[in-house]
Amino acid sequence: MMDFSYARPADLAAAGAALAAGGMALGGGTGLLDLAKLGVARPVAVVDLTRLPGLDAIQVSETEARIGALVKMSRLAAHPAMRAALPAVGQALLASASPQIRNMATIGGNLLQRTRCAYFRDAAVGSCNRRNPGSGCAAVGGVTRGHALLGVSPHCIATHPGDLAVALVAFDAVVETWSPNGQRLLSVHDFFLLPGATPGQEFALAPGEIVTGLRIPLAPVARQARYVKLRDRASYEFAAASLAAGMSLGVDGRIADLRLALGGVATIPWRARSVEAALIGEHPTPAAIAAAAALAMREAEPQPDNRHKLALVPALIERTLTDMVGEPA
Amino acid sequence: MSPLDAPVKRGGAGDGLPVLGAALARLDGVAKLEGSARFALDQPVEGLAHAVLLRATIAAGRVTRIDAAAAEAAPGVLAVLTPDNTAPLAAASSWTGAPPAQPQYRPLDAEIFHHGQQIAAVVAETLEQAQEAARLILVDYEAVPAITGLDDPRAGDGDPIDMLSKSWGDAAAALDKAAVRLTLEYRTPREFNMPIEPHGLIAQWDGEELTLWEPSQWLDGMARTYAEWFGLRFDQVRIVSPYIGGGFGSKALALPHGAVAAMAARQLGRPVKLALTRSQTFTGLGGRPATRQVLEIGATAGGRLLAIRQRGWNETSMNAVSVEPLGSVTGLMYALPNFDSRQNVVPVHTVQPGAKRAPGENPSAFGLESAIDELAHAVGQDPLALRLLNDAEHDHSSGKPWSTRKLREALAAGAVAFGWDRRDPMPRSMRDGHLLIGWGMAAGTYPVRRTAGEALVGILADGSVEVASSTADMGTGAHTILAQTAAEALGLPVERVQVRLGDSRLPRAPVTGGSQMAGLMTGAVHKAALAAREVLIGLALSDPRSPLRGTGANTLRLEGGMLVAPDGTAYDVSAVLKATGRERVEALRDTLAENRLKPEDHYRNFTTVSTMRAPTDGDYSMHSWCAHFVEVAVDEALQTIRLRRVVSAFDSGRLYNPKLAASQWKGGIVMGIGQALLEEGLVDHRHARLMNDNLGDYLLPTNADIPEIEVIDVGEPDPHASALGGKAVGELGIVGVAPAIANALFHATGKRLRSLPLTGQRLAEAG
Ligand SMILES: Cc1cc2nc3c(=O)[nH]c(=O)nc-3n(C[C@H](O)[C@H](O)[C@H](O)COP(=O)(O)OP(=O)(O)OC[C@H]3O[C@@H](n4cnc5c(N)ncnc54)[C@H](O)[C@@H]3O)c2cc1C
Repeated sequence: MMDFSYARPADLAAAGAALAAGGMALGGGTGLLDLAKLGVARPVAVVDLTRLPGLDAIQVSETEARIGALVKMSRLAAHPAMRAALPAVGQALLASASPQIRNMATIGGNLLQRTRCAYFRDAAVGSCNRRNPGSGCAAVGGVTRGHALLGVSPHCIATHPGDLAVALVAFDAVVETWSPNGQRLLSVHDFFLLPGATPGQEFALAPGEIVTGLRIPLAPVARQARYVKLRDRASYEFAAASLAAGMSLGVDGRIADLRLALGGVATIPWRARSVEAALIGEHPTPAAIAAAAALAMREAEPQPDNRHKLALVPALIERTLTDMVGEPA
Repeated sequence: MSPLDAPVKRGGAGDGLPVLGAALARLDGVAKLEGSARFALDQPVEGLAHAVLLRATIAAGRVTRIDAAAAEAAPGVLAVLTPDNTAPLAAASSWTGAPPAQPQYRPLDAEIFHHGQQIAAVVAETLEQAQEAARLILVDYEAVPAITGLDDPRAGDGDPIDMLSKSWGDAAAALDKAAVRLTLEYRTPREFNMPIEPHGLIAQWDGEELTLWEPSQWLDGMARTYAEWFGLRFDQVRIVSPYIGGGFGSKALALPHGAVAAMAARQLGRPVKLALTRSQTFTGLGGRPATRQVLEIGATAGGRLLAIRQRGWNETSMNAVSVEPLGSVTGLMYALPNFDSRQNVVPVHTVQPGAKRAPGENPSAFGLESAIDELAHAVGQDPLALRLLNDAEHDHSSGKPWSTRKLREALAAGAVAFGWDRRDPMPRSMRDGHLLIGWGMAAGTYPVRRTAGEALVGILADGSVEVASSTADMGTGAHTILAQTAAEALGLPVERVQVRLGDSRLPRAPVTGGSQMAGLMTGAVHKAALAAREVLIGLALSDPRSPLRGTGANTLRLEGGMLVAPDGTAYDVSAVLKATGRERVEALRDTLAENRLKPEDHYRNFTTVSTMRAPTDGDYSMHSWCAHFVEVAVDEALQTIRLRRVVSAFDSGRLYNPKLAASQWKGGIVMGIGQALLEEGLVDHRHARLMNDNLGDYLLPTNADIPEIEVIDVGEPDPHASALGGKAVGELGIVGVAPAIANALFHATGKRLRSLPLTGQRLAEAG
């Protein structure tokens, strides 16, 4: 590992200046240190954000949850009011990583975690458009069990690995940021960028911009939301496929609101809007659910190693929604 | 009497013994929990320099140029070792004692045989400096196409290993006539050992003396290799390996990185530490090679086995022949009148495979025990009943009687505890909500291997006892059972015994592998302890200063730390030693003679495996046996397979410590669950490179993957297998786990998966 400087600014202004001068932000370090050891991240200056004041609060009101960027994953997962208001968040966090990592990792760092694509994570692999724009994509044609089927481009098929972000996308969270230009509120839908022709640009953040927190609107549909994660190993593995789902029924028994987002199968946390659209206003009958779930992967572009997910994702949606109809909140 | 009515033996095979056979917790456990146990790489050594390895980024071809100028100029760098600037070492003889094929050995070689092969090393004042400098090295290659695995068409059929050919009867003719005939192909992937303690070492030269702090399952064998590499006498090499943080077969041999560290230390005149990174643990040494086997089984309509014809293939590296003997269990388990087995090894561009828990027996049993289940289904019989029907009264491969074989008892005890009689034989018949439930079973076996051992036992003036041997404790419990053995022989409480292991300066021990350590080392310690007792009693009877001389007794008993004369006069051991002016009495004993070896075989016995005795050497065929019963729950739509419970019964002969034996059995089962459901080296076939070279992507089971495991002991002491009656324990537990799970998966889903691991993806792809 190379030598780097380390700063622990006490306020946002100082942090912003250090980042503007080329520093790399450090939260819990569970992602950055990992990539630095692999030689994929090459920080010259590390700017530790964990002493910034006021960024570690969790506030849950009737209508909104506010979560500071420095809140640890484990703390948010255990927060009683949050668990009641939006159970999918706690479930997604507890299905993430390991207890040790969750005790270290921050919510801000979690949002900004990088893909687990093995070709991205090996600095000796020359072709990676994400690491090295224009160099090509070594993953296409390689070992692609874990690669994306949705949101892919000819330039990148790397999967977004996070769990929490899937729940945030389902429930229209807003990311708060700070930069020397001021504070910004950014819909989570605009925060994660599709790879397109520029897979190196993963987040809609300006250089040096700091994530300061999250705001999650607490619609009624959030209360009985859930997060379901599938994987070969029962724990401590990224998702083969995951689903954040929230559903509320109107007095007429029809689906009034429906939120579905997918993880593990797309280049960004993926809102399954076509499935939502097909079901909102309908009765949640098994046939309707099955027909709608089948739409989820209509746009999918599988690799030879991940075709099994074409059936897995609709099955996950179908099962989860059927369970939710069977066990209303 | 149905097999299910057979009496179930309760309690341990070591029941009734006061010390040996007691379920003692591991004596090294507290030190490990507290973190006070010092492992080899924790050794504080003054003036340490740090080495890191640079690896090839191609899988086949040559290094044409290494430009290390920038690395050499980097801060803290002491040396950069490359194929160009290092002299070759002398090649060492193999672990069997076979002389080397070539006279020289280049641990840093320009010729590339596999992706990730070590090609250079950087030594610096700090680890970080060495790592950073290694990045600055520029390497040019001339690459040629690589053969990426068994499925690569260019790999061909490989080379036959005649030594592994076995046949009796006329399998071809019997297959032709058989009423039922199945042809089945089974595969296992490249698997890795992945101990948590990394491979690595600290090498220090003192003139022509080389000291290595290195985790080792075989100190004497590794010391010999280092001695031969560097042209030293055996006694000029000292290996210290206080504890081992897991090895599973991967820490028995000196490996290329060890040669580099010792070379660097000699060149610099400074101690050098080199630890493999996790990723390098996947490329610096091999685990279990990928295997493929085709079994043709012939049986009567009633399910009686008539013949098996087996063809096996395992991959090996381009520059060495490693065999994973796929026929080791096939002809052994059942009454089999006709058998024909052959095996090829197929060179591919991979690191030289190694030995992973139950090499041979493990994939062999996956094939056989899956095939038996398929046969049972084909002839409409219960798989347990079919196994009992084909039970072997003797070993058909050697024609010899079993020493002991409690396989029927294991099958019966396991079946009862599991509740096998409640199984609905129809596939897809058992459900729990969305889940398909499957019950499967399989048998397993592991041979009793034997090599002579050596130990020193000293009785000290403070009343304590010291046991010393270079044998290794891999966390399996050697310290504990050897203390129990000495305590038992000397009539002392275990707390009085101090066991020193893991230093090649101590009396010799052969490889801690092949599940032979407990049997052979308890024998050696027992013998040395009895000899030390005789020395002590002789002293007490004959030394004029001995307080017991006056009793006129011609024999004494040693009990509870007291020497007792027939008339009841008793003196403390320490009182006798003090009176006679001794600090200690001791005896060094080996068991060469018991193994029909001569004193001149001493060196060969401990530094090669050439004296290791086959399980059929002697009048009997000797093996441990087991039966596994498992329940799986399968969510077909969600492509998820989970284990719900495991019940296994074992015959390992006498248990020196039932608690530790149970731990080993359970550990084997856990590893077998990982093998069955998760573990697989994923190779990018364009580049012959391993893509999941880390513990995030190479999946080992977590606690959440492991269900309740019940283990049952059905063994009894086997007087032929070892001095004190124990048989193999450590590797037995894993054998048969994967096929039991595959069989349960078939029962749950009606789908037969014949390739490990058994993933949800494969299940979905099976349609
Ligand atoms: C073995 C392993 C398994 C894992 N499994 C899972 C899993 O199953 N599911 C899952 O969701 N995650 C998983 N993770 C990822 C884990 O959740 C992330 O590593 C963690 O959340 C990152 O948080 P951190 O605070 O440690 O971030 P850091 O490592 O400190 O930072 C990560 C990135 O974000 C930047 N950054 C950090 N904070 C800020 C900020 N406030 N503003 C701007 N930039 C910032 C850093 O510069 C860096 O680029 C796993 C990680 C590991 C190592």
